[in-house]
Amino acid sequence: MRTKILILGGGLAGTIVANGLVRRLASESRSGDVTITVLGNTPKHMYQPGLLYVPFGRAREQELFRDERTVLDRRISLIIDAATRIDVADNRVHAQSGRSFDYDYLVIATGSRLAPELVPGLAESAHQFYDLPGAKKLRDALAEFKGGRIVLNVNAPHKCPVAPVEMSLMLDEFLRERGLGGKFEITYTYPIGRLHALEPLANWMVPEFERRGIKSQNFFNTQAVDGAAKTITSEEGDTLSYDLLITIPPHRGAQVIEDSGLGKMGWVPTNPKTLLCDGTKNVFVVGDTTNIPISKAGSTAHFEADTVVDNLAMLVQEGRWSRDYDGKVFCFIETGMNSGTHMWFNYATPPQPSPPTQMVHWFKLAYNRMYWLSACGLL
Amino acid sequence: MSNRQTVDARNTFCPGPLMELIAALRASSLGDEVEVLSSDKGSIDDIPAWTRKVGHTLVSSDDRGDHFAFVIRKAK
Repeated sequence: MRTKILILGGGLAGTIVANGLVRRLASESRSGDVTITVLGNTPKHMYQPGLLYVPFGRAREQELFRDERTVLDRRISLIIDAATRIDVADNRVHAQSGRSFDYDYLVIATGSRLAPELVPGLAESAHQFYDLPGAKKLRDALAEFKGGRIVLNVNAPHKCPVAPVEMSLMLDEFLRERGLGGKFEITYTYPIGRLHALEPLANWMVPEFERRGIKSQNFFNTQAVDGAAKTITSEEGDTLSYDLLITIPPHRGAQVIEDSGLGKMGWVPTNPKTLLCDGTKNVFVVGDTTNIPISKAGSTAHFEADTVVDNLAMLVQEGRWSRDYDGKVFCFIETGMNSGTHMWFNYATPPQPSPPTQMVHWFKLAYNRMYWLSACGLL
Repeated sequence: MSNRQTVDARNTFCPGPLMELIAALRASSLGDEVEVLSSDKGSIDDIPAWTRKVGHTLVSSDDRGDHFAFVIRKAK
């Protein structure tokens, strides 16, 4: 009997799962006993972490994109047709074109999306670098920046948990290198009572920020932005003035998740070890889409995807479980324009950032190019 | 008459429980109480500290083994 595997989403997680499965299930795929289909909503695959470099003029647009068809193994079917409803009771996904797709196993990898509209005035008045148009607009604004107050406003939840830290440190160094030292002030805001949700990272940031003169405002849950007055106000009653406002907007999961009643705000309740959607035995969830209380990072998606590949291939071939996900995450952290650090952690081991070095910065730059090997399932 | 509602924020990622609490209080009236359930250890510090900063009243905090329960009264 033929086994149909349907993967929703052609981002990092969905692509790694698809490429990993087709290699692991090579003979079944060749014989037609297994079919693997990726249902995506765009033919382009973007290397999202590369956006961090765009505002500083350190990334070219064409480096960030490849055709998803060229990233996916040719044995995988790719269909571009946005999913509109997931019916887990009927093992079927409905799409925008009116087509529907049945499956034996479903992998939901629909990711997250920016939701600046949740905060009045944020979309209209703040810069952001979490998509290409925003990153390019910020690049133009930085090119014209002559000094003043910069507020780097972090909202939650958001993906790539270290990106705001990197932006703060890189921005400080970038502006100093441009001769603006003493002419600007950066204030970093964060929603909880420390600088970062990951406590060891928050502790590491305190002396780094002090050394560079970066100010911070904890317990800053953004209420509204007044673009005319150039102020940003928090639920806690604090108001900051800015000349340049850079935000990490709050995120939500994909609309199809909410429309299908699969999870509040688009996050799917997911078992943190098996990565199965709660209440199901044939629906896996990977990447930003889960509600697992860990970082929404590319490496999280990667390590989760590897786990799903192992388990799904084993289920198809031997009808048994392979292994649980241990919560592994690995992050490179740029600490300026020429230095970086890294950290890894899992459910049992907290992160511990190492001292920054130029070597780690270079390694991150190298990984930015090696990423495509990860997406292809080779690294 | 004041009301009490319970917000179950267990298994949400940090700072989910605090954000759920803020949203619930925003929709409440003066004197209403919000009970927030959290499995995030960070809430032990964050929720009482945030409540003090904003000027609401922490009515109770309770360690229930696999999660924490906080009751906050809207005071402003």
